[in-house]
Amino acid sequence: MEYGKNNKVVVDDVQMEFVERRKVPRSEKDQGKKQGDKVEVLKSITLNIYEGEFVCILGPSGCGKSTLLKIIAGFIQPTSGVITIDGHRVTGPRPNNIFVFQEGGLFPWLTVYENVALGIRHLATEEEKQERVYEYLEMVDLLGFENHYPHMLSGGMKQRAEIARALAVKPEILYMDEPFSGLDFLTRLHLREELINMHLYIQKTILFVTHDIDEAIQLADRLIVLSDRPSEVKMNYEIKEAHPRDINTGELRSIRQQLYLSLGVHYTL
Amino acid sequence: MGENSRLCKFFSFAQVGISGHRTRVTIKNVASPSKICPLIIFLLMLVIWEITSMVGMYDSGTLPPPSRVIKAFSELASNGILLRYSVASLFRVTVGFYLAVFLGMSIGVLLGVWQRGCQMFHALIQFLRPISPLAWIPFALLWFGIGDGSAIFLIFLSSFFPMLFSTIVAVKNIPRLYFQTGANFGFTKAEFFKLVIFPAILPEVVTAMRISLGVAWLVVVAAEMIAVKSGLGYLIIDSRNALRMDYVIVAMITIGVIGLTIDKVISQLQKPGFVRWKFEKK
Repeated sequence: MEYGKNNKVVVDDVQMEFVERRKVPRSEKDQGKKQGDKVEVLKSITLNIYEGEFVCILGPSGCGKSTLLKIIAGFIQPTSGVITIDGHRVTGPRPNNIFVFQEGGLFPWLTVYENVALGIRHLATEEEKQERVYEYLEMVDLLGFENHYPHMLSGGMKQRAEIARALAVKPEILYMDEPFSGLDFLTRLHLREELINMHLYIQKTILFVTHDIDEAIQLADRLIVLSDRPSEVKMNYEIKEAHPRDINTGELRSIRQQLYLSLGVHYTL
Repeated sequence: MGENSRLCKFFSFAQVGISGHRTRVTIKNVASPSKICPLIIFLLMLVIWEITSMVGMYDSGTLPPPSRVIKAFSELASNGILLRYSVASLFRVTVGFYLAVFLGMSIGVLLGVWQRGCQMFHALIQFLRPISPLAWIPFALLWFGIGDGSAIFLIFLSSFFPMLFSTIVAVKNIPRLYFQTGANFGFTKAEFFKLVIFPAILPEVVTAMRISLGVAWLVVVAAEMIAVKSGLGYLIIDSRNALRMDYVIVAMITIGVIGLTIDKVISQLQKPGFVRWKFEKK
């Protein structure tokens, strides 16, 4: 797929430090760190993300992928560095770039319909709202569940409802932080497929954080691999292969092997 | 009550064991013995009570038999005292409780959101909370005199602190995720209150309301014994002074029945969908 190579998101030399809040450090790597010490998470991240690209951010557990995504989305301020979207500096979350959380981002006290309508509550007429909500509920195959509350839905349906809520806004960028990690294997595969189709259809920029190598290879137009903490961009790899992809053949197979190795596991166990 | 339900459980388990199903439906089907057995126990108690009194095992002045109580009940019901006093008690509870819910929730939300304020007032709230509302009776009488005012004040105190405390805790326990989602969708401050904070705390608030109302109904009896000259609490203390223990029992039964009814009514608040998510979590 060819994109007009317009820079959509530019991440310029972003660094992030956290203050250790635990008395006993979280991992072995941080042995000797005391409460109040600085823990460096991101060490100079620089990225260009093009308009309409599906970018997967991969990395070992705890490397700061979610942190990076939250910084780009404006939920966290970086220690230093600048994020710009369309040339404008990011200072906080914005309604035209929607974040899909790991799990449970739906408001449990609202029905599916009301949840999806959250982002479009400023639309002029009820009819317009209704039309939009149903359009996206249909897209994620949730028609008939609009009056259900989230706790009545399965995990996969909840995740789809949240994606519908995000898409209903017609966002320019979609941030997804391991959105499928809490789901069972088959549901995950289905949702991946749906996400690919949706991306082909709406052509919006998607930033997708995952620790699942196969998922990343299946989804991404571009793979960004972060190193262990303090993390840097270790690989920045464009995948040109068209969908549907067979990740066990050809170029994808070698990328896959390479990724397994670079993340410190053997491809064949 | 606890004893009853345990017995009933035994009954239904026995039935379930035979049919081999443990589904909800089966348990509902065997509901008939579990509905009859508490009734039998009640009746049995009344019969024993009546008989022991009849054979003169104790002075019927210190514990009047059921027949006397029924007579007393019809007396109090026909001369309108029972209704008047029940309404008086319910009125005080209603006013005091509404005040407590309204103020407790508003201040609770404010302190839940405003962290520094919460830190400042935390010690004071924690200090006042364990003081029984009944300990305030002298001040209630001094400030409001004998009458509705002091009774309402005492009921207010009994419900205010549980409401306040639960609301603060509930606001603080709202997951950050919901605020982030709100921020992402560009919520205004008012929208955060309307779409996040208020609905998120509602299940806890409803539970706290249920508990506080129970406590309020306990406190009204005590308050009326001292602070007013009407109400079911007053009926008890007044009848005791006249050594009409049958009236005392009538008042006690009325208090019990009304208390049960109130709880049934307020438990309906836990039913609608916008709070049920909390009670039905998988």
